[in-house]
Amino acid sequence: MSRLQKPLERLGSAVMSRIWRLGFAARFFGYMVLHSGTAFGRFGLTIREIYFAGVLSLIIILVSGLFVGMVLGLQGYETLQRYGSSEALGVLVALSLVRELGPVVAGLLFASRAGSAITAEIGLMKATEQIAAMEMMAVDPIARVVAPRFWAGVLSMPLLAALFSAMGIFGGYLVGVQLIGVDEGAFWSQMQASVDVRNDIVNGIIKSIVFGIAVTWIAVFEGYDARPTAEGVSSATTRTVVTSSLAILALDFVLTALMFTGGNG
Amino acid sequence: MTAIVEIERVSFGYEASRPVLHDINVRMEQGQVIGVMGQSGCGKTTLLRIIGGALRPTAGSARVLGEEIGSLGTRELYALRRRMGMLFQFGALFTDLSVFDNVAFPLREHTQLPEAMIRDLVLLKLEAVGLRGAAGLRPSELSGGMARRVALARAIALDPKLIMYDEPFTALDPISLGAVARLIRTLNDSLGATSIVVTHDVAETLPFVDYVFFMAEGRVVAEGPPEAVARAKVPFVEQFVNGRTDGAVPFHFPAPAYASDLGIGAAA
Repeated sequence: MSRLQKPLERLGSAVMSRIWRLGFAARFFGYMVLHSGTAFGRFGLTIREIYFAGVLSLIIILVSGLFVGMVLGLQGYETLQRYGSSEALGVLVALSLVRELGPVVAGLLFASRAGSAITAEIGLMKATEQIAAMEMMAVDPIARVVAPRFWAGVLSMPLLAALFSAMGIFGGYLVGVQLIGVDEGAFWSQMQASVDVRNDIVNGIIKSIVFGIAVTWIAVFEGYDARPTAEGVSSATTRTVVTSSLAILALDFVLTALMFTGGNG
Repeated sequence: MTAIVEIERVSFGYEASRPVLHDINVRMEQGQVIGVMGQSGCGKTTLLRIIGGALRPTAGSARVLGEEIGSLGTRELYALRRRMGMLFQFGALFTDLSVFDNVAFPLREHTQLPEAMIRDLVLLKLEAVGLRGAAGLRPSELSGGMARRVALARAIALDPKLIMYDEPFTALDPISLGAVARLIRTLNDSLGATSIVVTHDVAETLPFVDYVFFMAEGRVVAEGPPEAVARAKVPFVEQFVNGRTDGAVPFHFPAPAYASDLGIGAAA
């Protein structure tokens, strides 16, 4: 009996602590949203964080978008020309990027570049007692430090995903039209005719907003909840990247099922 | 004299089975510089955190600046903290802000003063700690002693009634240590504040404090003016003040008999 009891106790304890942490993360999210007055009242604080989370992520987003688009151009042409429909290359590149790859890959890159930086910064502020000092100065660190970073991430993510998709389409154009020689008129006109604003572009934007909320929530929570040691900050940063990436992929499946099934797509 | 801090029969533990403070009674008078001394882990920082409202007592009453700490909501606690200043062990300066902006931080957060007046006040505070010339530097460009002095300027930015120092002398060279000790005394007197210095540096602290509490194992074991306490026949205080390695606090961690650990007793 006792041989079975120990592993069961450990399992129960692990499950309970996960549920407790999820509840804490939910309460943290609620408190942060309710105390977002400073983030909007003093919008300069949020703008500053948009610079760090968004503007400084531009290089990796634009370069990755270009290469993903170029690969799509090559792979797409290879498959389409077998069926004699290489003019549809523009449609394939645009729909792949706007519906899926733009929000998903930009979200994964955002989690690695900006999410990890947010966690590390807040975690280090905690480890060096800056958060405690702020509380002792009667300043709420969630309103002053966390909320501006959260809203900066939520605002930056759709813009980065849009830029990723735009750069990817340009990459597909470079390879398909300029390198391989697909007809330029067909490339753009078929894309214009087939990409729907409501079903494709708006749904892509909704996805990127949801990913932005998920990634930045995870990043600020992990930073705030990090153990105040070098090892604690390091593992919190790792957890941010792993959890955000899994959350993006899981949410993408759910959102795709909701948006593009039932005759919608 | 008016009591700024009144701690009556306060106990505290992070876990019920492991209490950190046992039935503490402490009274701190206005205008004094008060030392709270003891070994690492004796509960002195926990006591400071209770006074600052970061922890709530498990039992007893803690009144600070006339307010019962345990019964305050977040809003009332923050209002009380505007009348307090705290210097953390390593300064806890905001690394993304310059020295000037660090000192200006509480003024910008809690007042509607025009920027020109904030500039004058910040330069005044920095001049008081001798670092007006360092206003444009980043925290990473400061030495440990300078960082501690900037943090002190920030702690007094709102002219607090109560200033708390958590191990202010840790890792300081003798010159910086002397400067920080002198500043604690002069700033307390010029602001008409009350200062609580939590430390284990006996030689540096006893000369400039008005009153001292010695703590051991979560209890106050001696208190009084520094000259009187230094002469007290309390075994722990004698050992602590004279820096003896063995005595009331034993050198050896509790262990089974040495001979039996080496197997000598078993052989015999």
